[in-house]
Amino acid sequence: MDITLPLLILAIPLFMFLLLGLVGMKMSHKLAGTLGTLGMGTVLVLSYTTAFTYFFSGAPEFINAAGERLQYMVFNTTWLQFTDTLVIKLGFLLDPISAMMLVVIPTISFMVHLYSLGYMRDHHGVYEHGFQRFYAFLSLFSFSMLGLVVATNIFQMYIFWELVGASSYLLIGFYYKKPSAVSASKKAFIVTRFADLGFLIGILVLSYYTGTFDFAALTSVPVDGLANVSQVSLGTAESVRSIFENSAAPMFMGASVLTWALVLIFMGGMGKSAMMPLHIWLPDAMEGPTPVSALIHAATMVVAGVYLVARLFPLYIMEPSAMQIIVWVGALTALYAAMVACTQIDIKRVLAFSTISQIAFMMVSLGVTDINFHHGIGYMAGMFHLFTHAMFKALLFLCAGALIHAIGSNDYTDMHGLRKYMPVTHITFLIGCLAIAGIIPFAGFFSKDEILTACFGNSMLWYVWMSLVAGLTAFYMFRLYYLIFWWKEHKVHEGHHQPSDQPWTMTAPLVILAAISCVAGFVPFGNLVTWNGHQMFPGENSFLTNLQHLDWAVAAISLAVAIIAILVATVMYRKENDLPAKFKNALPALWDWCYHRFYWDELYQFITHKIIFGCISRPIAWFDRHIIDGAMDGLAYVTNKASVAIKDFQSGKIQMYVWFYLAGALLLGAITAFCLL
Amino acid sequence: MDITIIYYLVPSLVMFCCGVYGFVTRKNMIAMLISLELMLNSVDINFVVFNRYLFPNQLEGMFFTLFAIAIAAAETAVAIAIIINLFRASKNIDVTDVTKMKF
Repeated sequence: MDITLPLLILAIPLFMFLLLGLVGMKMSHKLAGTLGTLGMGTVLVLSYTTAFTYFFSGAPEFINAAGERLQYMVFNTTWLQFTDTLVIKLGFLLDPISAMMLVVIPTISFMVHLYSLGYMRDHHGVYEHGFQRFYAFLSLFSFSMLGLVVATNIFQMYIFWELVGASSYLLIGFYYKKPSAVSASKKAFIVTRFADLGFLIGILVLSYYTGTFDFAALTSVPVDGLANVSQVSLGTAESVRSIFENSAAPMFMGASVLTWALVLIFMGGMGKSAMMPLHIWLPDAMEGPTPVSALIHAATMVVAGVYLVARLFPLYIMEPSAMQIIVWVGALTALYAAMVACTQIDIKRVLAFSTISQIAFMMVSLGVTDINFHHGIGYMAGMFHLFTHAMFKALLFLCAGALIHAIGSNDYTDMHGLRKYMPVTHITFLIGCLAIAGIIPFAGFFSKDEILTACFGNSMLWYVWMSLVAGLTAFYMFRLYYLIFWWKEHKVHEGHHQPSDQPWTMTAPLVILAAISCVAGFVPFGNLVTWNGHQMFPGENSFLTNLQHLDWAVAAISLAVAIIAILVATVMYRKENDLPAKFKNALPALWDWCYHRFYWDELYQFITHKIIFGCISRPIAWFDRHIIDGAMDGLAYVTNKASVAIKDFQSGKIQMYVWFYLAGALLLGAITAFCLL
Repeated sequence: MDITIIYYLVPSLVMFCCGVYGFVTRKNMIAMLISLELMLNSVDINFVVFNRYLFPNQLEGMFFTLFAIAIAAAETAVAIAIIINLFRASKNIDVTDVTKMKF
């Protein structure tokens, strides 16, 4: 495969970042925005071409004779060579999941670029302060995210992992004059950095025992005749495999160090993907501009943790205990976030908790994967859900952006009854809700159904659990939908414009994403993305493949759950009534806990301020101030006092100096003479 | 009577000691300056004598002496200038009264 296209995919956003970042302020707002959008449009075309070539060209480097998709390195150059074995490379890896991400990221990014042309200006057409900076950061983010997904080795992934974290920090704190935005960006940065500490240790432990950073060597581990080994030097792959199979690695605290490494790497993923207990940054990250929330905190960056687990999946399936941890973390997070989402007032917060819950779905899906059950359907379902979720969650966020732009507030209490005023937003938001609730034929139905099938194949507990969460998802989304667009007549305040649909730059992305959300479920994903490249339904690439292979028992139950949840939401929230208040009063404790997000923030506040600051930081600060600074101050004090004490020697009396000089000279002479004789 | 090196060195030593004594005891700056010259001249004599007796075929000691004389002249000029300025300021060239040059 030609190297130009992949290189350009990475180079264009980087170039745009440098261009807009360095000379953007000299350009007009319109030029900067257009340039950024056009650059992203080019990347969109290039990466679609690349992904299409990978999936459908049938070239022997992409798919073998048995119909299994291969990993292909477009290029892989040595960047830093420390020793013979410690080599850091930069490259471009094409395999099913990276090709899928090459579709997802530019699509959402381009939509967000286009959308921001309208969103980042007020009703009078005045551009926001820092408009060019915004586009520069968007380009930086797109570059980092693309670099992350095509990484050929875990170290390159880590570098770009940190870069997306940095660009997320910059964009959350875009309104840097707002204190809440500043503290939200700091919170996001610190929490994810803390998680990345685990990630880094995990990388070091893993590569120390396996002797390689390369994904190709690491992930071609498990099963004989696996497609992925094609390009790997077999020696390395074999050695990694034998280390895992023979439990050759030493034990640490009752578990193999490799298990520890995988769990620590997953901790990095937990931070990025906002899994409990490291989820606290994501709701606050909603302080950033809404298009940023759609791009970074819904569709792309937050799924990096899922992507990481998927990338190292062949290692995870060899450590069932690590997989168990993933399932438990995912399942608890999914339920928790869904419960919290039912009570929030800020529409972006509802969507943020919904995102956390949906990402947890993907994690559970990866965690419950049994490679002998439907060819490892859980892996495929997780990736499928990643794909569909990116589309409909970006759509929902962009709708929320349109609402916020029109109303000037984040709370649904200021909205109500908007369906007549904003018809396009209304319909597209409804499509997004139907998709996330899992109503046939929208995208979410298919992917969620596959996830539930995978849970069913693992254990009854997770199946019932995740079905319950799916029902909650449908409930809180429709609660939000009814509270925004129905409930009661909209009151237009004195001196305010009547809310209306936004300019075409904002509605066009909504319509496009809504269209994608309608059809994305029919993509025959089982033939495109599986954990070992094996096609699930070879030869069947029609529009109806997914429907034909549906497990109708599971599908009917999940559909019934979703419909019941929607009906409950309809009864409670379609028209103004006192049912919600009654529920709230019937279970005040539960409602309180959900509304306050189970007091996680307060817990963190307590741990950091009372325990860490109070018991560790204060004593250290005291030691620094009194012992270390004291020693330095003491030195200065002694020097000062000593010089004051002896300064009278400099009397100004010249003949005194001569006497001293003479005495000294004679003394020296006497000593010399004494020593010599 | 043989003129040995000691005949030169003893007067030079006497001159030097006189210079040191005058420099630390006299209060008049001009007198101190003269004492300084006395010390310099005794050192000059030493240079010449050692050159003559130890390395009779070379002239380094002589040249050094000439340099020292020239520099002593320049230094005297500077010292005289300072003394004159001091006198203008305070009508007094007593060294014990000049004690302001300190910290």
